[in-house]
Amino acid sequence: MDLFEYQARDMFEAHGVPVLAGIIAHTPEEAKAAAEKIGGVTVVKAQVKVGGRGKAGGVKVAKTADEAFEHATAILGMDIKGHTVNTVMIAQGADIAEEFYFSVLLDRANRNYLAMCSVEGGMEIEELAVERPEALAKVAVDPAVGIDAAKADEIVAAAGFNAELAPKVAAAIIKLWDVFVKEDATLVEVNPLVRTGAGDIVALDGKVSIDENADFRHPHHAELEDTAAANPLEAKAKEAGLNYVKLDGSVGVIGNGAGLVMSTLDVVAYAGENHGGVKPANFLDIGGGASAEVMANGLDVILNDPQVKSVFVNVFGGITACDAVAKGIVGALAELGSAANKPLVVRLDGNNVEEGRRILNDANHPLVTLAATMDEGADKAAELAHAAR
Amino acid sequence: MSIFLNKDSKVIVQGITGGEGTKHTALMLKAGTQVVGGVNARKAGTTVVHGSVELPVYGTVKEAVAETGADVSIVFVPPAFTKDAVVEAIEASVPLVVVITEGVPVQDSAEFWALAQSKLDASGNQVTRIIGPNCPGIITPGEALVGITPNNITGKGPIGLVSKSGTLTYQMMYELRDLGFSTAIGIGGDPVIGTTHIDALAAFEADPETKAIVMIGEIGGDAEERAAEYIKANVTKPVVGYVAGFTAPEGKTMGHAGAIVSGSAGTAQAKKEALEAAGVKVGKTPSETATLLREVYAAL
Repeated sequence: MDLFEYQARDMFEAHGVPVLAGIIAHTPEEAKAAAEKIGGVTVVKAQVKVGGRGKAGGVKVAKTADEAFEHATAILGMDIKGHTVNTVMIAQGADIAEEFYFSVLLDRANRNYLAMCSVEGGMEIEELAVERPEALAKVAVDPAVGIDAAKADEIVAAAGFNAELAPKVAAAIIKLWDVFVKEDATLVEVNPLVRTGAGDIVALDGKVSIDENADFRHPHHAELEDTAAANPLEAKAKEAGLNYVKLDGSVGVIGNGAGLVMSTLDVVAYAGENHGGVKPANFLDIGGGASAEVMANGLDVILNDPQVKSVFVNVFGGITACDAVAKGIVGALAELGSAANKPLVVRLDGNNVEEGRRILNDANHPLVTLAATMDEGADKAAELAHAAR
Repeated sequence: MSIFLNKDSKVIVQGITGGEGTKHTALMLKAGTQVVGGVNARKAGTTVVHGSVELPVYGTVKEAVAETGADVSIVFVPPAFTKDAVVEAIEASVPLVVVITEGVPVQDSAEFWALAQSKLDASGNQVTRIIGPNCPGIITPGEALVGITPNNITGKGPIGLVSKSGTLTYQMMYELRDLGFSTAIGIGGDPVIGTTHIDALAAFEADPETKAIVMIGEIGGDAEERAAEYIKANVTKPVVGYVAGFTAPEGKTMGHAGAIVSGSAGTAQAKKEALEAAGVKVGKTPSETATLLREVYAAL
């Protein structure tokens, strides 16, 4: 999960990374009050989880609190690359002498961490990496050791900091490593990391991504979630513990196992090419133990999506037996009653498939069609979705 | 022949007394696997009974290995305890550790992987191979199952299968059930995993029983692209590929922690193109992939 800048800033502060004052605001009035509290020059910064907000007009310097009010009025509600600005951060103005770059991230390919550092910060790091790769130091970090004093010295030396700055930047890097490891992050990025006129090193803007698998170690991470931005169906699914992603099409998809469900989305999209271009409406993985309850919750979420015109249930019974899945479907339809009002195409294969198909045939529910294969089921579901438009 | 696992493999179960451990110990025994014991520090000295088999529970992996001669461990412990369990197995020098657990923090995986990498034998080879985490494990049909793959989909045969996804592994085994498999291995869809596509490809290339290989990938990371380069340079056996997630939008995690398209990286299209450039035929769907495999197999 990516964090907002203000959440990253707060996290930095909690781990001793030097930052400037920053207060969030949801209204121009709050922005003005925040600017008054901070005093002096402030910067009004749109809080969106997307790059390029400066170019989009989402970052403005305010010399007075009234200016902060004006800028917040303009920025709040702004759309930046499809992200609506609901929050701004009023940040203390910085006296920037120099801008640097630092990040540490999970390196999937090498199965370790990578620290990147440059004395040329401020610009887009992707651009720097392409245009002047020699200016971006890349140092591998051993997950068993982390960034200790020696590694921090190695990073700042590779980046080419002078003798005066090197120890100060290294100290900041060690604090940023604390953020990475103690918060179970997969990315901690500071751009720019600045030297102020007074000679202090300060993290002026930060990006942090945290690993949700580690939430059991960090109960407070649940509060970082941006519930306002979540799709209502996604929020509902999450509450029910379902692995659901809303998409734009009209064929609802339920399956077991992430790979099979992704594959099902593709097969539905290909089938849709023969049926008016219909597309999958969602990703929904009910996982290994597809109980009647999980199936009912899944169907409930999908049938509540007004865009859904048909549903394709694609299950390969591995450990889960197909008869249990079939009972789940029959039970779910009974439970949902008249709320279940869209045609269902069901493909079952694997463990106890005959019994599963028999249960569905015996139930003879008017909305349910059985398909013999994944391809046939996708085609039928696409056809039904197209016909129902 | 097979890769990584055969009828002689002796298996211990870390988490043998838990719900998943209990269920799958029974299924592994049913599949003919030589399960020889389990580990649970709090239940050391007790036994678990599955039918006519009574399995001892040990306090540590080291003790279990010393008593049973086990050379494989399968890990079913919850995510919060997975790192410690895997570290224990590595420190006990278990040659193969299969981590089924889903939801392991990636820093934990990176940490135990770093440890596994640092432990080398006299000839400089890594002592412990890790499969997973978040994977269905490995099956050598007719010989042994270490994982949660259904044992009854198909039998022994000439096809090697390596996949990021569990249920797609089952689906593909089912599609090719008339041919059968030398070994099918699910490597998991997490950002950091032990055994990679490349490791499995290398082993299948060296395995005389394996005649053709199916490789299943999905969005996220660049493992498929690197596998493509490896195939081009090193694999002489025919390889057929499948990649899931063509319709996945950018920035949305599709179930697996590693299955996410970020920017232009990790798309299914890029992976398909890389594989095709390496001479791998790539199916649009699982059924088309099975058809392609039949074609290349028939041509052998």
